[in-house]
Amino acid sequence: MAALGSPLRTWRGLLRELRYLNAATGRPYRDTAAYRYLVKAFRAHRVTSEKLCRAQHELHFQAATYLCLLRSIREHVALHQEFHGKGERSVEESAGLVGLKLPQQPGGKGWEP
Amino acid sequence: MWRRCLRLRDVGRRLLNLPRSGLTASEGLGPKLPTPIRAYVPPAERKRFYQNVSISQGEGGFEINLDHRKLRTPQGKLFTVPSEALAIAVATEWDSQQDTIKMYTMHLTTLCNTSLDNPTQRDKDQLIRAAVKFLDTDTVCYRVEEPETLVELQRNEWDPVISWAEKRYGVEIGSSTSITGPSIPARTREVLVSHLASYNMWALQGIEFVVTQLKSLVLTLGLTDLRLTVEQAVLLSRLEEEYQIQKWGNIEWAHDYELQELRARTAAGTLFVHLCSESTAVKHKLLQG
Repeated sequence: MAALGSPLRTWRGLLRELRYLNAATGRPYRDTAAYRYLVKAFRAHRVTSEKLCRAQHELHFQAATYLCLLRSIREHVALHQEFHGKGERSVEESAGLVGLKLPQQPGGKGWEP
Repeated sequence: MWRRCLRLRDVGRRLLNLPRSGLTASEGLGPKLPTPIRAYVPPAERKRFYQNVSISQGEGGFEINLDHRKLRTPQGKLFTVPSEALAIAVATEWDSQQDTIKMYTMHLTTLCNTSLDNPTQRDKDQLIRAAVKFLDTDTVCYRVEEPETLVELQRNEWDPVISWAEKRYGVEIGSSTSITGPSIPARTREVLVSHLASYNMWALQGIEFVVTQLKSLVLTLGLTDLRLTVEQAVLLSRLEEEYQIQKWGNIEWAHDYELQELRARTAAGTLFVHLCSESTAVKHKLLQG
């Protein structure tokens, strides 16, 4: 069995991701179908006396996987926009990425227009 | 790259059979750029042309509506999925697009499209064979001989997964340091083929997707059997890379970028497999609980 941690933690993580998703549209995340579905699913699988219930574990696994999906996509998009989304970089920008500066030639290089 | 962008644009347009309209980066900007040879301009993404995303239940399953138009696959088929949870996840993907539609972030939609259209025209046997073939070159079965620390790391991290899989399926897998890889007994292959045959076409498309992402059938089985979390499986798949990062340092725009993309794809594939292969036995138990 994979170690998933506490279901509450997964639930909170999912809510956070739903908030991020709906921040752009401006609608409250509680109105979304995803939120309603998750609430229903989590409620239906609340722990009773069973210590290890296969169905419950399966649901938690799916929830954790979905959380991983949403979180990774958000971070991937952020990295994509930061580093890859704007097209080719100029030489100065490329040098700046690794903390370098282009050398300055006093009086110019002589071939500028 | 360019060809891919153009293809993506066409796919986006075909999704709703909209007429060709608007200028794109390649058409509008290309000739006017002052330095056209080097400057790469990312392709224009399609605007979000819809306001509301909703789900409706049709004959073939659950459908997605963008405003009042039905979502279609790149080949023009009606987009229907077998499970409600999957439909909700796909609808959430469409609804979470902000100003433009970023197809490269919509992995579940892509997987559903692949399953509906089956662009490679493969049948069940071919899919299974493609997945099992990865066992010959499975990441976790290939070991290095030096440096000593990496050898030890691979032994400590990968051996438990292999021995779990061997015990779970009652087969022999083993590992090897040779360039030709481990010699997998024919029986192992038979057992795994018959195990995979119990999945339906949709789930198999997902399994093959995950196998090609992780480059490992063993890790994929760990995911489908709830043995590994996606984070663990991705870590194990990138073990050597993580080792080199520890040694030489992490580069955000390469290592982190790939890590997040791999995680997203693996998570999407895993979720897809689980949502498409929910058995009636499990559902029955849910009702009782």
